[in-house]
Amino acid sequence: MILLPCPWCGDRSVSEFRYVSEVVPRPDPGTATPQQWRDYLYLRGNRRGWVTERWYHRAGCRQYFSIDRDTITDQTRAREPAR
Amino acid sequence: MRPPGPQAGPRMRLGPQPGEVIDRSAPLTFRWNGRPYPAYQGDTIISALAAAGERVFSRSFKYHRPRGLLTASYLDPGCTVQVGDEPNVRGAHRLAQDGMDVAAQNSWPSLRFDVKAANQLVTAFLPAGFYYKTFIKPQRLWPAYENVLRRFSSGGVAAPDTARDYYDKRYAHPDVLVAGGGPAGMAAAISAARAGARVMLVEEEHQLGGHLRWGTDAERAVLRELAGEVAAQGAIEVLTNSVVIGRYDGNWVAVVQRGLPGVAERLIKARAGALVAAPGLIERPYVFAGNDLPGILLSTAVRRLVTMYAVKPGQRAVVLTANASGDAAVGDLRRAGVEVVHVADARRGGDVVRAHGRGGVQGVELAGGSRFDCDLLVTATGWTAPMSLLTMAGDRPVYSPRAARFFPDPQRLPGDVLAAGGVAGDGSLEEMLGHAGAVGGEAARRARRAGPAAPVPVLPVLPVLPVQEHPELFHGRTHGFVDLCEDVSSKDLRTAVQEGYDSAELAKRYTTATMGPTQGKLEAVNVVAILAELTGRSIAETGTTTWRPPYSPVTLGALAGRIFEPVRHSPMQPWHEQHGARPLVAGAWIRPDHYGDPAAEARRVRESAGVIDVTPIGKLDLRGPDVPKLLNLLYVNKWSRLGIGRVRYGVMCAEDGVIMDDGVTGRLGEDRYLMSTTSSGAEAVAEWAENWLQTAHRDWQVHLTPVTTAYASMNVAGPRSRDLLRRVADGVDLAPEAFGYMHVRTGRVAGVDECVLWRIGFTGELSYELHVPASYGLHVWETLLAAGQDLGAGPFGVEAQRILRLEKGHLIVGQDTDGLTQGFSAGLDWAIKLDKDDFAGQSELAWQAAKADYPRLVALQPVDGSVVPPEACQIVGDGSSIVGRVTSSRMSPALRRSICLAHVAAHLATPGTLVDVLLPDGRRIPARVMERLAHFDPEGRRMRV
Repeated sequence: MILLPCPWCGDRSVSEFRYVSEVVPRPDPGTATPQQWRDYLYLRGNRRGWVTERWYHRAGCRQYFSIDRDTITDQTRAREPAR
Repeated sequence: MRPPGPQAGPRMRLGPQPGEVIDRSAPLTFRWNGRPYPAYQGDTIISALAAAGERVFSRSFKYHRPRGLLTASYLDPGCTVQVGDEPNVRGAHRLAQDGMDVAAQNSWPSLRFDVKAANQLVTAFLPAGFYYKTFIKPQRLWPAYENVLRRFSSGGVAAPDTARDYYDKRYAHPDVLVAGGGPAGMAAAISAARAGARVMLVEEEHQLGGHLRWGTDAERAVLRELAGEVAAQGAIEVLTNSVVIGRYDGNWVAVVQRGLPGVAERLIKARAGALVAAPGLIERPYVFAGNDLPGILLSTAVRRLVTMYAVKPGQRAVVLTANASGDAAVGDLRRAGVEVVHVADARRGGDVVRAHGRGGVQGVELAGGSRFDCDLLVTATGWTAPMSLLTMAGDRPVYSPRAARFFPDPQRLPGDVLAAGGVAGDGSLEEMLGHAGAVGGEAARRARRAGPAAPVPVLPVLPVLPVQEHPELFHGRTHGFVDLCEDVSSKDLRTAVQEGYDSAELAKRYTTATMGPTQGKLEAVNVVAILAELTGRSIAETGTTTWRPPYSPVTLGALAGRIFEPVRHSPMQPWHEQHGARPLVAGAWIRPDHYGDPAAEARRVRESAGVIDVTPIGKLDLRGPDVPKLLNLLYVNKWSRLGIGRVRYGVMCAEDGVIMDDGVTGRLGEDRYLMSTTSSGAEAVAEWAENWLQTAHRDWQVHLTPVTTAYASMNVAGPRSRDLLRRVADGVDLAPEAFGYMHVRTGRVAGVDECVLWRIGFTGELSYELHVPASYGLHVWETLLAAGQDLGAGPFGVEAQRILRLEKGHLIVGQDTDGLTQGFSAGLDWAIKLDKDDFAGQSELAWQAAKADYPRLVALQPVDGSVVPPEACQIVGDGSSIVGRVTSSRMSPALRRSICLAHVAAHLATPGTLVDVLLPDGRRIPARVMERLAHFDPEGRRMRV
């Protein structure tokens, strides 16, 4: 069970967290086409290697934050800034 | 040394041995196949039976061949027995206990005479892979085949009425976890503790010491020193009769602890800073014809039996030795009074061709043609490194032809996993202890710096152990058993290769070699070596199969642990139980479904007054000047001008426009709001709001506090509800002009301050929802009901509320909406304000509005009012097309007919349209689309009095 580096609580078991998603920029809802909006809703990069993703520490400080994770080795590292 | 003479005791028990682990002052008796046998405290089941001269302990899996001792350790394939109601007990590891009832498995009618040995006569029909080729046709005979095969399948008996055992779980956070309590493990633990680490030392057997326990006097003296040092180090926690069964990411390690009093098995989940794998080496069996006969033992088995258990393994022995262990075994045998008739040195060309005998070995034929009569054949042909734990950590073992075994690849191990002892190399005892000490000290240092938050350290180079020469001896010149658990012979491996299954993974699956209880620990290298030869490759090229957790068997009970099922209920639950409420399980909440007659409860609400416990409703306390911005973002309607004391109903959509939640939010003060959500959405809405506040809108000043369980909530509904509330409320003007519909006040109810009173109406009647500080919930509830007795007031449950709200056409998110229902499909056009600034779901809702053909939520009444279509019935169009679904459906007490809410395709949503509802029994009934969602009091007059 991997450890996630929570910026406030330190290294904690992944079971304390909820995965939110890969960080994807939110298009401007006023100008986005349906295609762009739905790419934002449903498409993710799913890349090999380091990705930036958001997690929620539901069984701890209840904060949303981003970390980097290597999808091959499951290594994780904190990001600055955390949000 | 005393020669064996006439003894009163078991005929193969020796006199006291200096290293014995049995306690002769504590004798006990147990039963084996119905007959009593003596033992001493410290004996295993098998050592006691062997002391009594028994040799056959089981029948093999497929061919039912008699089997006896081979390794005298946990892994011994021939020593699996049934103890009481516990099947598959490893008899050479389980300690004998007074009164134990032990029986043989897999033989009928008895161990001696096993009818199922008839299998041997049909071996021609039972080659490797026969499962895939036989008992296939005709298919209708499968039940008959199963009945027969069931009797022949191996394993003990697990009776359905076996008494429940207690299984335990524990969490641990050792700095260093040492897997293996032999000399290397002990040295590593001592060194780590001296460097300041908290150490957990896990040993599979009942004592620490590994092979030193059956070693020379000098080796046992070293053991005593090490054991003393381990005991002296307070920071080392020793777990014997315990196994590390798996290593997962981040040194998340599972340990099974056995033999605790009162606990069948304990599962320890440990997060180790550093892991030291010191599993030692496992002795390999040799493959030759007759190699499974009882009386053929490994050298380590012989040394254990003689030194630890004072058991004479036989009378006349032949020894095939290729290493120091075999040489030492010769000495141990002679000390025990066994006549060693011949020692064949495999380093100089000695070899066993075949062994023969009935029910046990009676003679052997060696290379060169010599034959000897014997009842004991000892082989010492090499060592296998148990690589499982390291491969679970990412290692890919590398084969060394010089050492005839696999080694870990240090490049592939993560920095917090280290290896010590035989698995890391060879050397004198001193060299090995020195190396293990260095490893332990380094493990302690690395543990300090573990974790993804820590910087990656520069790892110092550890001392490397030399690798000595070991002859590559895997099989002789005749075919024999390779996997004794699965009855797989080298001939079967040849068949597999001939049929095309020539890789290690394929051959394993086809023959089932290494798939038995030993899981390859004894036989994998022999399998690989034979496959390599058959396919003309090297062992390194052939590779091994993949090692996966668990390393050792673990009961399902230990994995399940204790069952904790948290249950949530309101403070009024004891009252509900006392008054016969039928419980409704709603997620983790227990709610009162009804108190016997939900239709009567609904009628009471329409006629006088009812009180319902709605505590699970989600409540969020929102404070700050920017709360209206948050409300505008989360809800589809407008919130900037909500006055103090006013309440508004809101609907939340997700960013795909799908309805997520609904509820009412009231403004209690300048910067103070209280939001209610559905009970199942309470947590999700709080997290959703927090996500926005923490990431996209960090500049907004809003404090959000979930208060779902801080308040007990109850709804007083019905024409007499105001009269009832007047009797218990204080400090609130309840007159309709002062406290109108969709308003909120605070006040004192039943003497309790800080209550929130909402005038809202889910049931469609005049009603007040009270939020009371939770610890006073039961008091307020009881006071209300007592005060309302003469008014005809009484409790009503969730079912009655469902009926009442359906009569009013009020939707329930998740019941009348699903994962695809976007805002405009639920009759909420009036609420969705597309001209607002950006709010969640706005884009998708705008695009939905631009199309006309989305499905719609409508009220439906079956033409025959006595038929109540079950919820989720399909609405069918021409042919068999599905054009909708009934989402809610009840018999209405107020209208005395069935009423529904349903999704229908856009073209059918016009009021007056007749649609066909398909009932589960196949009938189609017509139903009419109604004018409005409300079936009863569509103008909403009753709530506004």
